[in-house]
Amino acid sequence: MRRQWTTTAGIVITALLTLFLLVPVLLSVYAGLTVNYARGISAGFTLDWVKQVWALYSDTVWRSLVVALMTLALTLLIGVPGAYALVRRGGRFARAVEEIVTLPVAVPGLALALAMILTYGGAGSFRQSTLFVVVGHVLFTLPFMMRSVIAVLDTIDWRTLDEGAASLGSPAWRRFLDVILPNVRPGIVAGSLTVLTLSIGEFNLTWMMHTPMTKTLPVGLADAYASMRLEIASAYTLVFLVMVIPLLIGVQLVAGLTEKRTAS
Amino acid sequence: MTHAATAPQRGSSISTRALTKTFNGNRVLQPTNLEIEAGQILVLLGPSGCGKTTLLRLIAGLETPDGPDMIRFDGDDVSGVPIEKRNVGMVFQSYALFPNMTVSENVAYGMKIRGMERSKRDAETRRLLALVGLEDYADRRITAVSGGQRQRTALARALAIKPRVLLLDEPLAALDAVLRERLRVEIGLLLREFGITAVYVTHDQAEAMAIGDRIAVMDRGRIAQIDVPRVIYHRPANDFVADFVGTMNRIDGRVSGGVLSLESDDTGAALAVGGPDRETVLCFRPESARLANGSAAVRARVVASTFFGPTQRVVAEVTPGRRLQLDLPSSLAFDPGQIVGFEIEREAIIEFQEA
Repeated sequence: MRRQWTTTAGIVITALLTLFLLVPVLLSVYAGLTVNYARGISAGFTLDWVKQVWALYSDTVWRSLVVALMTLALTLLIGVPGAYALVRRGGRFARAVEEIVTLPVAVPGLALALAMILTYGGAGSFRQSTLFVVVGHVLFTLPFMMRSVIAVLDTIDWRTLDEGAASLGSPAWRRFLDVILPNVRPGIVAGSLTVLTLSIGEFNLTWMMHTPMTKTLPVGLADAYASMRLEIASAYTLVFLVMVIPLLIGVQLVAGLTEKRTAS
Repeated sequence: MTHAATAPQRGSSISTRALTKTFNGNRVLQPTNLEIEAGQILVLLGPSGCGKTTLLRLIAGLETPDGPDMIRFDGDDVSGVPIEKRNVGMVFQSYALFPNMTVSENVAYGMKIRGMERSKRDAETRRLLALVGLEDYADRRITAVSGGQRQRTALARALAIKPRVLLLDEPLAALDAVLRERLRVEIGLLLREFGITAVYVTHDQAEAMAIGDRIAVMDRGRIAQIDVPRVIYHRPANDFVADFVGTMNRIDGRVSGGVLSLESDDTGAALAVGGPDRETVLCFRPESARLANGSAAVRARVVASTFFGPTQRVVAEVTPGRRLQLDLPSSLAFDPGQIVGFEIEREAIIEFQEA
């Protein structure tokens, strides 16, 4: 009886929490689909707002995707070998580097953006390009990739795996590709999901860094909330969800596929 | 030596010259000279921290020696050659198998690195898996096979690269006792069949005896004794070796007129060992005791006995507090308090001068 009582309580609490998280999102989606939010369902539903959002802001959707994927590519290229190098080296130096790399997370995004503008403001074409935003996102997301990979490295006996491969004649770069990478895959997948979601949703850094030509989705969203009617802003949220959910599922699928490929 | 000489010999001879290793100013391996003939199996035996694993890792190329020209394979200096270029097969205590690959992929990895073509590689992998009895497990993931099967996969993987020497670092330590006993026989046979030069690290003396052509007993960074198992067991060079290998009884006392005497009420001993008068330690193995009742017999009071089947281990006191362990026929009962009389052959008594 006692266990049933706790089970019921668990279900109720979980349901309440889920509702707490989901209701605002669902309301947003609902608002984006109503003809007039103030009048509610009686006014009927429409896709007009979504169409308007697409007409006004489709470039921000694509830009956000491009920025997120470029950010992911760079954090993978820098973060994964970097994490392994740090763990291999160990000691005080490695810890200091890890702290420095983590700093951009602690520093307010606005301050980081300001520092970036102070440093590269003079480099006109770079400052104006989407790449500038990408660099900002890499600075911000890199520690999440590295920490995720380091966490997995800490749980596997990478040194023995590396020595085992070395004893079979494998050169250092091949040991990294053949033995280390496949065994830290869970950390890479988790890190990738974090980096993608952070990059796509990133606002305060991007808001400071963007130019009218390099607006990302969240910056456009702020723009819409500030200057358009509620239904358009809500429809924008709907577009955001439609974009981000398949993207995350896609990453999971790709991770699953590469696992099967290397296993065969 | 007997078996390996007839088998086809593969592998290199190993020699070390004043080989030392220092970690952060702490010398963990004292100058070591070692000669291992091609095809011979040398076991490094010792307690943890004696330097046996360091010596193995130096031979493997996983550690760099303190100086140049300290390690040679077939006369070539390999001291500065990293492990990936040294062509040594290594079996690790934790196996170091790749969890992202199957059993056969693990075995084939070294051949793949060497660019061996697919069909030859597959055939060789199948041959090796059959050799270690794993042909039915080729496509299993490493995580889906047992400890013993992992151990054999690791061995097959190390042999697949046709190494100059095979190095094994406590390969059975992670297994349970029954499996360990079976595999040590299997590994010993397999290594002899291959006729490969092997260095085998263990802290288990039974394993060392079963596998080694020779055993090097190590103590605090140096080799305390190196010889064939029989000599190590019956003629230990010093106290440390005597103590570490098997059970050893010791009786310390003064020899005068060629006899070491101990007396106490109705127990005691008079061991005729000859030689000048001296303070000494006399040692003998439990199995050297023979039941006897003559005037020369040692008399001891039984404290306890443990029945083993073919024999029994009797613990008895020759004088109060001076306990001896004796392996005696199991057909006779020895009750606590009873006096047991026994003799030790002169040849079975080992003497170390009191240090």
